[in-house]
Amino acid sequence: MALTREQMAQRVAYELRDGYYVNLGIGIPTLVANYIPPGIDVMLQSENGLLGMGPFPELNDVDADMINAGKQTVTARVGASIFSSVDSFAMIRGGHIDLTVLGAFEVDVEGNIASWMVPGKLVKGMGGAMDLVAGAENIIVTMMHASKDGESKLLPRCTLPLTGRSCIKRVLTDLAYLEIEDGAFVLKERAPGVTVAEIRSKTAGQLVVTGEPPEMKL
Amino acid sequence: MAGFDKRVDTYEQALEGLTDGMTMVVGGFGLCGIPENLIARVRAMGVKGLTVVSNNCGVDDFGLGLLLKERQIKRMIASYVGENAEFERQLLSGELEVELTPQGTLAERIRAGGAGIPAFYTATGYGTPIAEGKEVRVFKGRRYILEEAITAEFALVKGWKADWYGNVIYRHTAQNFNPAAATAARTTVVEVEEIVEPGALEPAMIHTPGIYVDRVIRGRFEKRIEKITTQRT
Repeated sequence: MALTREQMAQRVAYELRDGYYVNLGIGIPTLVANYIPPGIDVMLQSENGLLGMGPFPELNDVDADMINAGKQTVTARVGASIFSSVDSFAMIRGGHIDLTVLGAFEVDVEGNIASWMVPGKLVKGMGGAMDLVAGAENIIVTMMHASKDGESKLLPRCTLPLTGRSCIKRVLTDLAYLEIEDGAFVLKERAPGVTVAEIRSKTAGQLVVTGEPPEMKL
Repeated sequence: MAGFDKRVDTYEQALEGLTDGMTMVVGGFGLCGIPENLIARVRAMGVKGLTVVSNNCGVDDFGLGLLLKERQIKRMIASYVGENAEFERQLLSGELEVELTPQGTLAERIRAGGAGIPAFYTATGYGTPIAEGKEVRVFKGRRYILEEAITAEFALVKGWKADWYGNVIYRHTAQNFNPAAATAARTTVVEVEEIVEPGALEPAMIHTPGIYVDRVIRGRFEKRIEKITTQRT
């Protein structure tokens, strides 16, 4: 079975380490905050200027001046700090964030990522995504493996305008966890019950499979 | 202190001198920390052909979205269109000139503008469409693109408290782009929730020193929330 959004978040959460500063993008990455393993403390960075994002507030504590980058009302945890957009991106661009998790429309075997527009159809804007992928060493992309029509989103070459070039090394899809090495997707883990054949049929870029990659533990 | 008294009484005075074709840099992130009354005044003034520099463009019926609807904006420099349907429509139809800029690059371009730095190199956006036509230079084996600073005729800023001298502090994440915006314009106008007596703000806690600020006005704010999320949602 393909992973649900919640299961994808759960899998990504296993990559968190105690003491990490982490930026979570909008969508599935945001859900990772719900699965932080016990005994691990991480500080969530929100690029509008908050380091140490806490849980959503109780209704009575909702504050228009306290939001995250997804424009949701949030709280600040103990140990948090609040600063300007200039400082926030100095942290990001300066390589101070330990792990960045973000979504994408497409990735390719060169580690390129496209996530901000579909020409003529849709323009979301890049927001902070271009800065995040340029500034971070450790990035995990979470995305659907294929479109609803079965078109692969893991490509030999991105077709949409890029967000960043040669910056992605790790991808978690609803079907698999893969790493990008030497111009190919290397299959590391399969979603429970998903076969190598299915992953292969939905991966347009070159796929390297060594032995029988294990099923993910969730 | 008369020469340092930045207070004005009316929104007419606050935006006096803003005319057609000018560039305004506007603070805020989404609807958080936006100078909502100053924007409403720009709408009432009816000035046209504006270039607006702001991370977002409000929503269809609030914030900068109001100016978009009235076709007062000719050119928009922003990082995120997001859920603003009118912005996306005017962008796709070509009615509005839009320069999409990565959020961190936008913040730094405004900061540089205020700090007298004409341009800077950043890795952000290298190899993407936003790098087209920009100078590329290699430092320590990595490629960077040259981005130019932004300055404006007017800065529209939302603060929490200001004193008569124009020293400003911001509240929580309503800070965002506001302190950078305050530095980057010939005339900086700050609207705040409270104007306090000189000496009431602790000097070391000031976010925006008064040297950047020309006019301060007290406003009443709706502070609309884009997405109310609570423990229960």
